[in-house]
Amino acid sequence: MQMYDLPDARGHFGPYGGTFVAETLIRALDELKAQYESARLDPAFAAEFGRELKHYVGRPSPVYHAERWSRELGGAQIWMKREDLNHTGAHKINNCIGQALLARRLGKPRVIAETGAGQHGVATATVAARYGLECVVYMGSEDVKRQAQNVFRMKLLGAEVVAVESGSKTLKDALNEAMRDWVTNVESTYYIIGTVAGPHPYPLMVRDFQCVIGRECLTQMPEAAGRQPDMVIACVGGGSNAMGIFHPYIAHEQVKLVGVEAAGEGLASGWHAASLSAGRPGVLHGNRTYLLQNDDGQILETHSISAGLDYPGVGPEHAWLMDTGRAQYVAVTDDEALAAFHTCCRVEGIIPALESAHALAYAARVAPTLPTDRILLVSLSGRGDKDMNTVAERSGLRFYCRPECDPSRR
Amino acid sequence: MKRIDATFARLRAAGRTALIPYIMTGDPSLEATLDVMRALVANGADVIELGVPFSDPMADGPVIQRASERALAKRTGLKDVLAVVRRFRAKDATTPVVLMGYANPIEAMGAAAFADHARDAGVDGVLVVDYPPEEAGEFAERLGNHGLAPIFLLAPTTPEARIDAVAALARGYVYYVSLKGVTGAGHLDTAEVARKLAEIRRHVTLPVGVGFGIRDVASAQAVAAYADAVVIGSRVIQEIEGGPPSGAAARAGAWIATIRRALDAMPAKRAA
Repeated sequence: MQMYDLPDARGHFGPYGGTFVAETLIRALDELKAQYESARLDPAFAAEFGRELKHYVGRPSPVYHAERWSRELGGAQIWMKREDLNHTGAHKINNCIGQALLARRLGKPRVIAETGAGQHGVATATVAARYGLECVVYMGSEDVKRQAQNVFRMKLLGAEVVAVESGSKTLKDALNEAMRDWVTNVESTYYIIGTVAGPHPYPLMVRDFQCVIGRECLTQMPEAAGRQPDMVIACVGGGSNAMGIFHPYIAHEQVKLVGVEAAGEGLASGWHAASLSAGRPGVLHGNRTYLLQNDDGQILETHSISAGLDYPGVGPEHAWLMDTGRAQYVAVTDDEALAAFHTCCRVEGIIPALESAHALAYAARVAPTLPTDRILLVSLSGRGDKDMNTVAERSGLRFYCRPECDPSRR
Repeated sequence: MKRIDATFARLRAAGRTALIPYIMTGDPSLEATLDVMRALVANGADVIELGVPFSDPMADGPVIQRASERALAKRTGLKDVLAVVRRFRAKDATTPVVLMGYANPIEAMGAAAFADHARDAGVDGVLVVDYPPEEAGEFAERLGNHGLAPIFLLAPTTPEARIDAVAALARGYVYYVSLKGVTGAGHLDTAEVARKLAEIRRHVTLPVGVGFGIRDVASAQAVAAYADAVVIGSRVIQEIEGGPPSGAAARAGAWIATIRRALDAMPAKRAA
């Protein structure tokens, strides 16, 4: 497949994407589109973005050959793109810096964001502190409970965290609430969407800001491994780290692109978040894409051990890449992801985010089936410090709790 | 569509303002919805807007969200909404019914099937909140071919240049969202509404309804001074949820009657 020139002027990737929002938001999106088009062509904007990525985020992030794990699996080589080493511990910061610079160009003093696991919320709170912007983060009340440490982190950074009590009280409801805030405060407020979804121009813009991941790999892999990888593997919730590493490789036809969705307790159980593997096209949160929905078109509640993948939709460009066959999408269960998480900790000395552990699990599944001269490049999109409680609970352990909070010791 | 046009023509000739309550289908039950619709008409409603429940009502405030959640808890879907309209239409041949909701339930049914079923059930207009004109060309044409009016929103943030694009597709009436925010919010600026309506009327010949934030006699009268129709949603739903389900129709009817009387007490507008 040749490099394509999508989305079109109205934000469509084939039948997907678009601008499915209430009239009140159209002007703000038009302004954003115009401002982004001018920023995109402005060398000063690119230079500032590059400086921030280098000196504040710590880019380029390395590519790393997981030699020991590869040897144990006895097949293809596993390489990791170390987005976990970025400031704030994940790829999310790349996009937040780009959008915060745009907010400043638009003269908006206030930014809002939605967050599931809290990584995008933390990244947004971080850049808001860095650029002196007022910051409000919407988070489902269920996630506030599950990710208490990230809530504390956001507050330390000066953000207000609003616990959303409507609907399923998770990421999709946080997104609904952020949209409501934006409709109400559209003059003063910039909405920093955290993934390659939402109305045009967000899927385009977030992809562009995240493409730094794949572009670095294009130069790093020949230097470190002697050539480009045979396969690029990344986890897909909304799909921003995957889009960031996939997109620069789309024109490299010999490189297979594999997105890994969350199969939760198994696709057959109904408890999962695999919108591409098990969903149907529909319209939600401003774009047309694959959605987990019932026959009436109501959006389903999703499940994944990883809060960052726990979303019933997916970026529209992934829908397009799947339909055209340029990328494949597979699904990995909670148990498989957790097993990969533990192996990565013990064999490589790297604690991966549970999101990224889905991509690692798929790499560990296919590596033994391939010869040792094959190269798999996995997006290690974030670090797992935030997941300590989840992993401990799954393993039946309790920790990160002072003695006085343990009721049996009172 | 014909029922909408006839209703506005009749009201315009009489110099009266249309009163359009919005309720959520299936809240608290499908049976109650039918009773509430009839009570609203008996107490002076000119058009009924029927909400289609959706799991993610992004443009709605807490009152309509709650109503949507109650309806979904009883598994109310688009098919049920159409069935209610069919039953309503069997006994009321004149009051227009407009469906208001989000795109996904319609796309799940399929736009073609939806248009057929809606026409057959006796629906008159359809407002899809997340179909702005940019994404609604084909859908609006399909509705038009079925005699259904595509209703569109205009907002305080809509630039004047864009109003023509909306006017080109809109039929029946246009719905001006009187504030930046979600349904049921409380900061209505009447002077701003008056200014914007004058701008809209330079481009739109259809009747203009105004909604979002109208919750009592005073705000209804203030808006009616400029608008062809007053749309009231959250406040009506508060009447429905504010007591036992068996009394929902009586409460909603009694409340809408106070607004009807207030509108009728205003001096008649000169017919255009």
